Amino acid sequence: MKRAAVCIAILLSIAGQSYANYNLNLQTPATPIAHQIYDLHTLILLVCLFIFVGVFGFMFYALYKHRKSAGHVAAQFHQNTILEIVWTFIPFLILVGIAYPTTQTVLAMKNIDHADMSIKVTGHQWVWEYEYLGEGVKYVSNLATPRDQIDNKVAKGVHYLLEVDQPMVVPTGKKVRVLLTSNDVIHSWWVPQLGVKQDAIPGFIHEAWFQVDNPGTYRGQCAELCGVGHGFMPIVVEALASKDYEDWLKTKKSSVAEATATTTKTYTLIELKAQGEKVYLSRCAVCHQANGLGISGTFPPLIDGTPFTADVEVTTPLKERGFWKDGKVVLGSKARHLGILMNGISGTAMQPIGQQLSDFEVAAVITYERNNWGNHTGELIQPAEVSAMRKGTSKGVPLP
Amino acid sequence: MTTAALNLGEHSHPDGIQRWLTTTNHKDIGTLYLCFSFAMFLFAGSLAMLVRAELFQPGLQFFQPNVFNQLTTMHGLIMIFGAIMPAFVGFANWQIPLMIGAPDMAFPRLNNWSFWLLPMAFLLLIGAFFAPGGAVAGGWTMYPPLFIQGGPGYDMTIFAIHIMGISSIIGSINIITTILNMRAPGMSLMKMPMFVWTWLITAYLLVAVMPVLASTVTMLLTDRHFGTHFFDAAGGGDPVMFQHLFWFFGHPEVYIMILPAFGILSTIIPVFSRKPLFGYHSMVYATASIAILAFVVWAHHMFTVGMPVAGQLFFMYSTMLIAVPTGVKVFSWIATMWRGAITFETPMLFAVAVVCLFTIGGFSGLVLAVVPVDIQLQDTYYVVAHFHYVLFSGAAMSIMAGVYYWLPKWTGHMYDEKLGQWHFWLTAIAFNVTFFPMHFLGLAGMPRRIPDYALQFADFNMISSLGSFVLGASQLLFLFTVIKCIRGGPSAGDKPWEGAETLEWTIPSPPPYHTFGIPPLIK
Repeated sequence: MKRAAVCIAILLSIAGQSYANYNLNLQTPATPIAHQIYDLHTLILLVCLFIFVGVFGFMFYALYKHRKSAGHVAAQFHQNTILEIVWTFIPFLILVGIAYPTTQTVLAMKNIDHADMSIKVTGHQWVWEYEYLGEGVKYVSNLATPRDQIDNKVAKGVHYLLEVDQPMVVPTGKKVRVLLTSNDVIHSWWVPQLGVKQDAIPGFIHEAWFQVDNPGTYRGQCAELCGVGHGFMPIVVEALASKDYEDWLKTKKSSVAEATATTTKTYTLIELKAQGEKVYLSRCAVCHQANGLGISGTFPPLIDGTPFTADVEVTTPLKERGFWKDGKVVLGSKARHLGILMNGISGTAMQPIGQQLSDFEVAAVITYERNNWGNHTGELIQPAEVSAMRKGTSKGVPLP
Repeated sequence: MTTAALNLGEHSHPDGIQRWLTTTNHKDIGTLYLCFSFAMFLFAGSLAMLVRAELFQPGLQFFQPNVFNQLTTMHGLIMIFGAIMPAFVGFANWQIPLMIGAPDMAFPRLNNWSFWLLPMAFLLLIGAFFAPGGAVAGGWTMYPPLFIQGGPGYDMTIFAIHIMGISSIIGSINIITTILNMRAPGMSLMKMPMFVWTWLITAYLLVAVMPVLASTVTMLLTDRHFGTHFFDAAGGGDPVMFQHLFWFFGHPEVYIMILPAFGILSTIIPVFSRKPLFGYHSMVYATASIAILAFVVWAHHMFTVGMPVAGQLFFMYSTMLIAVPTGVKVFSWIATMWRGAITFETPMLFAVAVVCLFTIGGFSGLVLAVVPVDIQLQDTYYVVAHFHYVLFSGAAMSIMAGVYYWLPKWTGHMYDEKLGQWHFWLTAIAFNVTFFPMHFLGLAGMPRRIPDYALQFADFNMISSLGSFVLGASQLLFLFTVIKCIRGGPSAGDKPWEGAETLEWTIPSPPPYHTFGIPPLIK
């Protein structure tokens, strides 16, 4: 026992040196539902602890007192009907006692009536997209932690992996309805302090709701394994007082207008590559890797002439589009490149990511990919070309 | 319950590899199952060590997420299908005929086939590591649409599951037939040892749910390659339907892995308490109730998929109800110890620890049954802690208890008690250091299946990783102790345990190649 205590003390001191952060309980609740969940958990935990101590008190008493080495002689009884009936019914009654308050909370969680506003949340591999229904505001919320922190090249920030470029913003004191769906695989939208976890399932829309009491920033993560980026798609909800929220919404609407303006501008190679690198690292590097070499067998490299072998389901569509030949990746045409980004490749992990990006971002990332690593095409693609292509798609002209 | 075992003498059989390939002897096949499961236990355990190494600190150190996901997925699949299940089948093969006084299993050739299917299945499953794109990385639960995205390794896994399923179904039919038809005269069902009872019920569960798993993964296969849309909303399917089908198999599967463990506990605790098992009849009924309830609780794994409120409430109530028969079992074990004459050899140490630690897993299961709390904890490390408390300290440690208990019978030698106790204390302490902090991680908000995590989770992860390395290394001591016992040691005699009453202790140790050629008479 003493040895064990020493071991544990050593373990704790080693761990204590680095961060010293031992949260033992649920996060501080920030909504009425999260409060109820917190209290329910405490109630059940206490009931369990009480039973555990009682029942195992008997066991350890027997282990100590009824040892053979202490000279105890075994009794030979092996049943007692009354006792057996009692220990079947008492747990049953305790369970009924727990079930009652629980049922109340379940009913409250499922009551979505009278919501003040609705936000549609779409899961993508591996970002969340928020759409404020009826407001014309729609944006993608990307992981803001730099890749170098993940690769241990620089010190990690306070909100490592729990920070995004554009959080979901909600007003306090309003019942916010969240409509969840997914564009590819199942994700799960979870913010512990808000007491909400709801799976986002492709092809279906599910609802959840929350009402935040106080302004603040609430952080969560995707909670359903969704592929290689599963650990890297955080959720940040910023709750603002009503007036601040209105201001934010106004600014957001005007930035939508600004983004439309970038479509008509012409950029230089350097400008496009700089923006393209940002987009690439946040959206493409999870699969195709920061060095553009991809992952053998699943995610193709993006560098002209790099060997790549995989299932025919992966190589055939690449070959058809002119991006694969004789076991090697080749750089196909600019138009086809754009087509892959805008439409994805169905049946593979390649999603129509371009649909979530602005014209400028699409132009930038394609220019970056075609003029980086071992690729030196010198070809530029401007936002206007993307815009034209996009309009083409919307008219139903199929892109390769 | 006394009997005269008839020794038929050593019947000739081929030597070397031919003996093991062609054997139809329940003892040989039991040994094969146990050795195979031990190998898989160590292999899947080393995958877990790699997972814990990556999680030792925040940031990506050793593995990219793609590899990390393969490690967690394969750890789960191999532990469940390769380590825990075959180990219990190994016990069934060795012990059921000996405990009911039967000369062998009912279908000896099928028995050989059901074992030799397994290495083939695992060749495919583990071989997937070398397929383009690697092994399955979508979690052992194989949820589509993620599962549809994978490479050929995923198809290999599907076929491996088909083969394991066939093996399990054949094995179960064999066990059911043996128990129902080959008991010694006088051994009525209600006189059977508890271990045999729990296996009879487990075998029925297996026959009922393995076909469900087989058809579900076949639907995945056709979705992947033949243009069907069972689980694809775009073609009129539903990804959640997969989860319903999977957990209709998956929840009974949990009891498949724990009921035989209950059987081992119910065997060991009375022996070392020198007192008959308390409440034999209610134990049998409790086991049967757990098995029946297992079929109506599956959707408690899916409270966050967006179920109607009636569904949530039904599955919550039915899940809570399981606590009642499980409680009956725990209370009966404690009542068995009460006023006994208890000694603490290694099997008993493991058995007592299992009762205690399994109950912790049971309590966290109750916490998870409560829908609102589950919604916070679903897919977090709390769940990881919960199922390791039931599967490691419940199933795996019961297997260890059973190995120490029956090794003297199987080998004729006593194991090294001192090493056994070292193995026990190292395992029990390291297990708790590894898994107890995971409860806190889950409560604090750490999702499972992530290769990298936020800084507030760093401390407990480091403790957990350190514990896991000790836990892993301790199993090498287990391997050493078992090998040492097989190679030699003090003679065990027919009955090394003072309180042991079942039929296997009436025959020599090690038992002759064929036993009970003439059935013993049970009074």
